[in-house]
Amino acid sequence: MTADDALLRLEGVYTNIGRYRILHGVDLVARRGRVTALLGRNGAGKTTTLRTIMGLWKARLGKIIFEGQSIATLDTPHIARLGIAYVPENMGIFGKLTVRENMLLATGRGGFAQQNLNRVLDSFPVLKVKWESPAGSLSGGQKQMLAIGRSIIEPRRLLLIDEPTKGLSPAMVDQLVEALLRLKREYTTILLVEQNFRVAEAVGDDVAVMDEGRVIHAGDMAALGANHGLQHRLLGLSMADSV
Amino acid sequence: MATHLDQAVQTPPDEALTDATPAAFPSASRRRIGAALRWIVSDDPPGRILLNTGMLVILAALLFAPFLFPGTKALGVASRICIFVILVASYDLMLGFTGIVSFAHTMFFGIGAYGVAILLAKSSVGWGTVALGTAAGAAVSIVLATTIGLLSLRLRTIFFSMITLAIASFAQIVAAQWRDLTGGEDGLTFSVPAVLKPGFRLFAEPVLGVVVNGWVITYYLTFAVSLMLFLIMLRIVNSPFGLVLRAIRENEFRVEAMGYRVVAYRTLVCVVSAIMASLAGALMALVLRYNGPDATLSFSLMIDILLMVVIGGMGTLYGAVIGSIVVVLAEYYLQNSLGAISAALSDVPVASALFHPDRWRLWLGILFVLIVTFVPQGVVGRLRQRR
Amino acid sequence: MKKEWLDRLHGLAPYALTPLVVLAALPAIGVGPWLTLTVAGLTMGIMLFLVASGLTLIFGLMDVLNFAHAAFVAVGAYVAVSVLRPLAGWTSELSLTLNLAALLLALISAALASGALGLVFERVIIRQVYGAPLRQILITIGALTVIEQLIIVIWGPEAIPLPKPASLRGSVFLGSSSIETYRLVALCVGLAVAAAMHLFLTRTRLGLVVRAGVEDREMIQSLGYHIRRVFVGVFMAGTALAGMGGMMWGQYQALVDSQIGDSMTILVFIILIIGGLGSVGGCFIGAILVGLTSNYVGFLAPKLALGSNILLMALILLWQPRGLFPIAGH
Repeated sequence: MTADDALLRLEGVYTNIGRYRILHGVDLVARRGRVTALLGRNGAGKTTTLRTIMGLWKARLGKIIFEGQSIATLDTPHIARLGIAYVPENMGIFGKLTVRENMLLATGRGGFAQQNLNRVLDSFPVLKVKWESPAGSLSGGQKQMLAIGRSIIEPRRLLLIDEPTKGLSPAMVDQLVEALLRLKREYTTILLVEQNFRVAEAVGDDVAVMDEGRVIHAGDMAALGANHGLQHRLLGLSMADSV
Repeated sequence: MATHLDQAVQTPPDEALTDATPAAFPSASRRRIGAALRWIVSDDPPGRILLNTGMLVILAALLFAPFLFPGTKALGVASRICIFVILVASYDLMLGFTGIVSFAHTMFFGIGAYGVAILLAKSSVGWGTVALGTAAGAAVSIVLATTIGLLSLRLRTIFFSMITLAIASFAQIVAAQWRDLTGGEDGLTFSVPAVLKPGFRLFAEPVLGVVVNGWVITYYLTFAVSLMLFLIMLRIVNSPFGLVLRAIRENEFRVEAMGYRVVAYRTLVCVVSAIMASLAGALMALVLRYNGPDATLSFSLMIDILLMVVIGGMGTLYGAVIGSIVVVLAEYYLQNSLGAISAALSDVPVASALFHPDRWRLWLGILFVLIVTFVPQGVVGRLRQRR
Repeated sequence: MKKEWLDRLHGLAPYALTPLVVLAALPAIGVGPWLTLTVAGLTMGIMLFLVASGLTLIFGLMDVLNFAHAAFVAVGAYVAVSVLRPLAGWTSELSLTLNLAALLLALISAALASGALGLVFERVIIRQVYGAPLRQILITIGALTVIEQLIIVIWGPEAIPLPKPASLRGSVFLGSSSIETYRLVALCVGLAVAAAMHLFLTRTRLGLVVRAGVEDREMIQSLGYHIRRVFVGVFMAGTALAGMGGMMWGQYQALVDSQIGDSMTILVFIILIIGGLGSVGGCFIGAILVGLTSNYVGFLAPKLALGSNILLMALILLWQPRGLFPIAGH
């Protein structure tokens, strides 16, 4: 793995929330053009890691390097403008705005580029139907489609996605996996936090497992998928069995 | 979300005990006196040497006020200080110790005052009536405070503050409109029990050059009750109950998680605070022999309370003493100084208006903003900080 | 299916409140005075809306409750007084054009002055207290006192009369109702400003960003928008609106004194609570309701008039504890 390969690199990142230390020296790499799955139990620090990268919480110590540039001290809008999109756990949908307005916010001054728009609407046709409806009236799965669609309406260099399949029906999950695979084919770099191991396995190329604020395992997803013993040790039986 | 101000509020440091350890005191009776003193202030003395001395001086000045500062005006000022100490200290219970911002405090002050005023105006003048009026005021306050306390849990800080403002406003409107009961805008004037009347003489001859008449007796009643209520509040904040209040101010979720019902504590502190304010109001009525919406219910009074508690220092109780003295003295005596400056600057147009005696509120407001910005812990908080 | 209908009904209910109140008042009052009172109520409502909308937008976007908002109302009123004094020639003429021109100049000056003061205020005072509700309350109350006192220093303690322009005195007669001319003008101006605000919020990119920022500040930043830079602009807009409201209110009362903002404060707070903190639409409906209630009750039961709005607020809170159009997260 050459230095060039790593689109995003975290080295020894410590993050505190108030008086509580959440991240205890996170070392993480997201390789260019690949999907890195970030796994771990509840409270392991996965969401905190994403928020730290995005600048919503400031890292106390450590380095965060994106495309060779240190971004640990930048503020969130800056980081977003470098080409990093964030889809939070709660999806970050503006409920009082229409679907169109939600999507519009993710575009630059010129508004929608027809090609990009078509691409997104093809992946998520439900958005076309609900185009002028308030985003708050969408179902959970539809909101997730909107959130992801919004994050890709303009080309991004890195997508940070936090538990997109949470609370979705199996049919929705499949649709989502399809969308993620399509993104993968387009060589998009994704850092995906997932509780659902099946989804992570289907989509992920690389994997990093977190526990208690640290990355305890990093490597190839296929290798982890084949090694049930290791899975069990790292993630506990409940996770590996989740469907 | 700890704020600068929240962090600045001090809990009494353990080393604040001014009495030396028993080993240094050879005499057992001195030890007993020390222990008795500590018991009186509930192990929460002002703290530093400067503060202790200051408090003792203030106590002495107030105790001997009729003799040190003769004249009805000075006595009126001293009464006002005593009453405000209770009014502000009871507000500190909510604001400084529990983190509750309420604008309805003057409402309880007014209710206490109206309780006494209405009964004294409408029925026979006597101590029984005074007691009944005080009790009635306290009872109404308890009911209202319970409601407000229960509300406070469901609403966020700012929303809650706005609602208390609306409630206080409503009380003001009711008091001003309900002529038959409260005398409306004009308020109620009434007589007080004979002992408190100016014509009454406790001793035939003047004591230390001062005639001990009804004014003086009213003052000592006010002083005694205020002192007692203050010491009671000291005991409350230093009890286990008080410790839970402070914990709630720091981190309410943690306290709830530890098994304490935060609603109950919040409501209780609102009720205690309201009772104290109501008693202060009853005293006010007796001192003024009058009560009206402007005397006890006005919003500018609420702002004065905020001024006093912040200048003195939130979460200290002693801050109420300092704050009351600063603001009440400013109200009465700052105007003279300002008048002098204004006259000296009479040639400079705007400057003269800036220092006009009526603009004492401007200077107090500037002081207030400066203190909130630079010394958020207030005078007492700042002095109590370890150097 | 049925649930959908019930939800729809529930969602529309807040909008129905105002028409219901208006219609209910008609039989109680009688057509003649009803029209006068309704126009009066709408006018009062629109003026209150100008003042309240600024406050709710500031709170919605920045989580700052500016207790000093009343000061900006007063500044607007007093600046209008100063601007209209030299224009006495225009206002004493019986020419509608000249009169309106003078009022327009006063309005714009009031907005500019309050906006400029708002810029200074945000930089010097508000910046320190983001995210600290207790300090916000304290410092803005202190600032309110200071600004109001400074107004007295500059303009003097006496209330200043502000007579209406010549062609706007008197009333228009519609059937058996008389409607003050000034009220109609104020209503039109107020609606124009409200419409402009609505267009800005719904049709412009910046307006869209503000609306999104009110809902979820972190997400709008994650989309690349420097929302902090927008804070100043919104704060200034809010204070400018307050200034405009102050000017119109002062002109309406024909008298301006340093407490002009304070008398509105409690009503403004009630409107914010009724409408839902942060919601401009809720603020509009709340303001109209308060204006109408004040006038209707003032006619039907004068003694209850002052307290009626607080009772209205209590009733609405019982129905919707977070206001008519609550915004998630506030």
